[in-house]
Amino acid sequence: TVMAAPMTNDQSWFYALALGVSFLKCLLINAYHSTDFEVHRNWLALTHSLPVSQWYYEATSEWTLDYPPLFAWFEYGLSHIACFFDKEMLVVPNLNYASPATVLFQRLSVIVADVVFFYAVKECCKCLREDKGKDLLGKPSFILTGLLLWNFGLLIVDHIHFQYNGFLKFIGIYFVCVCVLLLNLKHIYLYIAPAYGIYLLRCFCFTQSNAVLVTLGTIVLSTFAVSFGPFIALGQLPQVLSRLFPFKRGLCHAYWAPNIWALYNIADKAFSILGVKFRLLDINKLPKASMTGGLVQEFQHSVLPSVSPLATLVCTLLSILPALFKIWHRPNGARGFLRCLVICALGSFMFGWHVHEKAILMAILPLSLLAVDSRKDAGIFLMLSVTGHYSLFPLLFTTQELPIKIFLMLLFTIFSLASLKTLFRKGGALLNPLEVTYLLGLIPLELICEFVYPLTVWQKTFPFLPLMLTSVYCALGVTYAFIRLYNSLLTCSDTTKKTKMQ
Amino acid sequence: MENWSLFSLCVLLGLTSRWAVSFHSYSGAGKPPMFGDYEAQRHWQEVTYNLPVHEWYFNTTNNDLNYWGLDYPPLTAYHSLVCAYVAKLLNPEWVELHASRGYESHSHKLFMRATVLFTDILIYIPAVLLYCFYFCDGSSKQKVATALCILLYPGLILIDYGHFQYNSVSLGLALWGILGLGLGWDLFGSLAFTLALNYKQMELYHSLPFFCYLLGKCIKQGLTGRGFFQLAKISLTVLVTFALCWMPFLSDPKQPLQVLHRLFPFGRGLFEDKVANTWCSLNVLIKIKTLLSRETQLFLSFALTLLFILPSSLKLLSKPNLWQFKLALVNSSLAFFLFSFQVHEKSILLAALLMFFLFVFFHSMLPLLVKDGLLLPYVVTSLAFLFLSLYLLSHLTRTNEPLFWYFPFHFWFSLVAMAVLSFTSVWLEPPAKFPDLFPVLVSILSFLHFLGFIIYFNLVQLMEPQRKKSQKKTN
Repeated sequence: TVMAAPMTNDQSWFYALALGVSFLKCLLINAYHSTDFEVHRNWLALTHSLPVSQWYYEATSEWTLDYPPLFAWFEYGLSHIACFFDKEMLVVPNLNYASPATVLFQRLSVIVADVVFFYAVKECCKCLREDKGKDLLGKPSFILTGLLLWNFGLLIVDHIHFQYNGFLKFIGIYFVCVCVLLLNLKHIYLYIAPAYGIYLLRCFCFTQSNAVLVTLGTIVLSTFAVSFGPFIALGQLPQVLSRLFPFKRGLCHAYWAPNIWALYNIADKAFSILGVKFRLLDINKLPKASMTGGLVQEFQHSVLPSVSPLATLVCTLLSILPALFKIWHRPNGARGFLRCLVICALGSFMFGWHVHEKAILMAILPLSLLAVDSRKDAGIFLMLSVTGHYSLFPLLFTTQELPIKIFLMLLFTIFSLASLKTLFRKGGALLNPLEVTYLLGLIPLELICEFVYPLTVWQKTFPFLPLMLTSVYCALGVTYAFIRLYNSLLTCSDTTKKTKMQ
Repeated sequence: MENWSLFSLCVLLGLTSRWAVSFHSYSGAGKPPMFGDYEAQRHWQEVTYNLPVHEWYFNTTNNDLNYWGLDYPPLTAYHSLVCAYVAKLLNPEWVELHASRGYESHSHKLFMRATVLFTDILIYIPAVLLYCFYFCDGSSKQKVATALCILLYPGLILIDYGHFQYNSVSLGLALWGILGLGLGWDLFGSLAFTLALNYKQMELYHSLPFFCYLLGKCIKQGLTGRGFFQLAKISLTVLVTFALCWMPFLSDPKQPLQVLHRLFPFGRGLFEDKVANTWCSLNVLIKIKTLLSRETQLFLSFALTLLFILPSSLKLLSKPNLWQFKLALVNSSLAFFLFSFQVHEKSILLAALLMFFLFVFFHSMLPLLVKDGLLLPYVVTSLAFLFLSLYLLSHLTRTNEPLFWYFPFHFWFSLVAMAVLSFTSVWLEPPAKFPDLFPVLVSILSFLHFLGFIIYFNLVQLMEPQRKKSQKKTN
């Protein structure tokens, strides 16, 4: 063999990967950070300086607190450490304060919080089946660690753009009753709550004793109580909910997430242009508001019916209902649950209201777990991850970060392609030629959007065209992955009894 | 995983670290009136673009040699000219004669950093990949690990992408030269090395081994037969390359003299700043700078350099094989660094190219990096490099490398000493009587290491018989 060191209990490669990615994150401390950086600084300040009763009412800054209470408590805890770095960042009126010490502290807090994510990944790897005697680079646990720890999306969103997703994913992956904790930390996890809820109910509550049901129920209720309690006592629950779910915002985020509504918008635009051209529509009667204008503008569709928040909710529920029904009917153990989880996340991403394209990570990360286990899932994973990660490119629009995002994207893509190909050596290619062509099409798309288009005349008149192109192109890939996932869920009904050797 | 994917992952990791380091500060940022090496490079673009060739190295009204006058050979000047053409396309203000002095902006910084990345990708990185592929022994995984370690070497990254220089060009060309010689393409190797020499005169440190190796090889082939023709071909290649590079300067006899005067400033003292070589360290005990006259200093440094370089070169001459060649490169560059005149800290990069004990050399640059505001990248890259190389080394070596484990106690002791020194130089205030205490300590500690290395490597080269090929892999 090529690895000469004895492999008695050699987990050192895990620490090597973890340390390596942490070093990379440290080097990126000075990179561009988005307004989310100021958002979190503001939350540090307001949780530190204001009493609890004011947290969800404070509005000095435009970035009001819009995460559930447990996250607010987390920021409160962090603020006590922040004191040692720079007290000025904790002053609420210090809008856009970003001294070097502040940047260092905030970046380090994300990096350190990720340690919790590392722990979860380590535990995850224990669940994978291992072949003895396989060389390190071909081991599923090594590949999974690489796919999760060095995930391009997490690196870009957490460590450059600035967020705390990795730390939150820990809870998502590890605990069973986590949906509750998650719901209390970041309500985006409502996307996957149905999956957890149905699965837990199905597996634990109706097959085992009532004691389990009672315990689960108590845990759920008590966590909610602790987290939301103070706010309910103060009678602020409506205010908190209105901050958490701001339905005043538009159907699409400023950067369109590559979901169904992006395709819907484009279709609407195309029909309206064609309609005007063929004199079917009167141009003066068309609504003027732009779909791509601003962060919080609402808009009307011209030809197709307008979409309301309720409509998106119904669509989302309809899209995930079959999957929920499937695992209710026949829970396939952990794998079935994970598959349903991914579908719930992806369904909510596809049909949700004001979806941010970062939400694609909610589907990609759990799918990594499935990818190292089955060939079909590996193929779907490659499609979804490359497309989903590429759709994150507009988040980093500065010239300085352009090489970084290209290098990291290539790094992750090559790693996932090569390692999954090695893992599933037997049985042909992971991707069919059509899929490969589609993915290769991302290269000319990138060249056009970032290199060619800015040099043309249209940059001034249609500045949003590259974004639109990116969203629409990626939406095709994401939709395709969604359909294939559903297909694999609905057709794997007869593998419940067989051992999972694919 | 296939080889090509592993190698591309290494390259991408190397490129990402380089570009991430480039986000940080550069030499002389925001420090008028002189600024630093970054401004020097920009200024050379300005000078080469706006002035005719015969004025580049001369003190004229338009060209003030006191403000970062050109002091590298012509190839650097041509490179700056090419960059200047690109700069002019993007923003003419960057190379405006006189008006662009001290120009600093975010987009300009991006441009300058991009030029370094471009030449790196073009010259240095392919050379490293080819070197690891063809000249490293062991399994493909060991080759990939070596490539990763070399590409992540913090010294080069921080000097080129932090402080700001173009060492990757000259080192890359020198590496192509070594590759050429290793593959038996002597002409190509000589060409590449001559170009390296014409880019930075520091490559003189490596010139003697190249010379002795090629001469020795020709002598072995018989000076009356094939060897003579080979020697003639090589000499012709070298001379023609020199002529082509210096062509614009050959019209007037004053020109080459002036260029040489700029390249070898014997007018300046024995050393500047705090460098980890003999003279700086000796100066702590005896003030040689003031004690000896300049001629004596020159003679002394020349004599000692020659003394230390002679045994290694003679051995190579008598036994011209690749293993001896590599050792001679190490010894020669160390000798020049330790004993010659007007050495800068960055000169140590040349010895570092081939040695594994890169960490010590990197550490010796600490004072310079702290001055440039590059402390964070320094800490991160050195820890990463140290950890990575130790990890990979312990996992991939089958035999106990005598080179590495010969001084185990000393190795760990050095590491601790360096860590302690790094920590103290940043966090503690030096006593008022000795304001330069920490940089001097760093220099002295590094000097002692280098002295140890040169003695050790000379012993290795001179004493042992033919070593087996497997032990070359530490390089």
